[in-house]
Amino acid sequence: MTSAMNHIPVLEMKNLGREADDKILVADINLVVTPGEVLAITGPSGAGKTTLLRLLNRLDEPTQGTVLLDGEDYRKMAVSTLRRRVGMLLQQAYLFPGTVAENLRFGPLQQGRQLEDVVVDELLERVGLPGFVDTDVSVLSGGEAQRVSLARTLANDPCILLLDEPTSSLDEANRLGIESLILEIVHQNGMSCVMVTHDLQQAARMADRVLVLEDARMVRSGTPQEVLNA
Amino acid sequence: MLEQFFHTELSLSIAQAAIAALVSLVVLLLSYWQRLSMEKEILVALVRALVQIIAVGAVLVFILQGPLWWGVIILLLMMWMAAREAARRAKGIPGAMRVTFYGIFLGSGAVLVVMIFVGVIEWRLDSMIPVGSMVISGGLNACALALDRFRGEVESHTGQIEAGLCLGAESENTVKPYVQKAFQSSLIPRLNSLRALGIVWIPGLMSGMLLAGSDPVIAALYQFVVMGMIFTSSSLSAFSSLLLVRRRIFSEADQLLLQAKNQRQPEENRVKLG
Repeated sequence: MTSAMNHIPVLEMKNLGREADDKILVADINLVVTPGEVLAITGPSGAGKTTLLRLLNRLDEPTQGTVLLDGEDYRKMAVSTLRRRVGMLLQQAYLFPGTVAENLRFGPLQQGRQLEDVVVDELLERVGLPGFVDTDVSVLSGGEAQRVSLARTLANDPCILLLDEPTSSLDEANRLGIESLILEIVHQNGMSCVMVTHDLQQAARMADRVLVLEDARMVRSGTPQEVLNA
Repeated sequence: MLEQFFHTELSLSIAQAAIAALVSLVVLLLSYWQRLSMEKEILVALVRALVQIIAVGAVLVFILQGPLWWGVIILLLMMWMAAREAARRAKGIPGAMRVTFYGIFLGSGAVLVVMIFVGVIEWRLDSMIPVGSMVISGGLNACALALDRFRGEVESHTGQIEAGLCLGAESENTVKPYVQKAFQSSLIPRLNSLRALGIVWIPGLMSGMLLAGSDPVIAALYQFVVMGMIFTSSSLSAFSSLLLVRRRIFSEADQLLLQAKNQRQPEENRVKLG
């Protein structure tokens, strides 16, 4: 891919905002995400980070502006298609009762597609859980569960990955493991990634660009170094 | 013993009702003793039940002499009232009243129409109204139980539901396990009643028929007929309500509208408009 092509936005937020119950949750966000870019959204609690992320795969409805996915207004797409293309990893794994394989097969099954055993094995290999196919999710540790959750999202073959503080419930060792795993997968697949974190150091370790939200509005954006030194 | 003091049927009935109310007050004392803060609710329910049933008795004297189509109007009114009661248990569910009315209308209404058509319920006001009320009441209870359980399940599984939505699942698929659980839990009281029928308890209708001098076997068969109707009406009402409600908790863009109040973090410090 040429450098010029790399700068065609895969995701574009246009004047994006949301109000609910007469409160502004997020307002006036104008931002582009380019292919392969890792964007971190950071800021204090209640600044609107998670709300902004939820707007990107339409888990919440914008009350202002819109999002363009590959140049197309996402409100014109089928929501299920949009959410498959824009995969999202929530703060907790929220696995479905059953085995690891059943969780991985859930997404493709929604399109009537049965994930082959070899693909399941490959996905588990990629997230560092080989041999966990028939493991019941109830016996997984927090770190393992989050890895299964990542593999489950990847099973849909998304082009953008949204991460809502995916390591917030993990200990230090697991946190660093998941961070490097996510970066490895994102870079290998040429995916774009938008992640929410309250930890500036984590943003600096993982992101190409950092966006700072305060009181529902964007107050700064730049490289991790620029934002850390601001 | 009461008969020694009350010589007319009316005065004896009033005395019996008063004694029943006094006995019920034990629950009120129990609530006060255990600090359940339900005294007002219990008192209001008791007084309301007494006033309602006396009013209904008085109105029935008049209604039972009216034309047959009155029965249809009365049954529809009963369904509307039942829907209103069931909707109270479904707070937070958008359009709960509509869901419960359609649910009870479909469940109880279907049973009543079929039973009247084949002649199990006689096409007479004094048959349609009392039996219909039992069938509708079954629908109300099952509907309320199902929706209460469904709301509870959804509120405690918003993470799993949204995880499913994030994976591109249709909204109905993400709540399927909770619809099943709610339906199962709404059936339990009725199944227990059927299991215990005749062994643990003899229901009111059969008792009434026995007191009125009917043949016990005839009374038992008719009781089973009514229990069967109530069971079917309850199940169909609960199931219809759940089918209707499972889509209503999502927006058109498959966004979960029903959330537990403490579920969403970002709204903690949101900014006031203006």
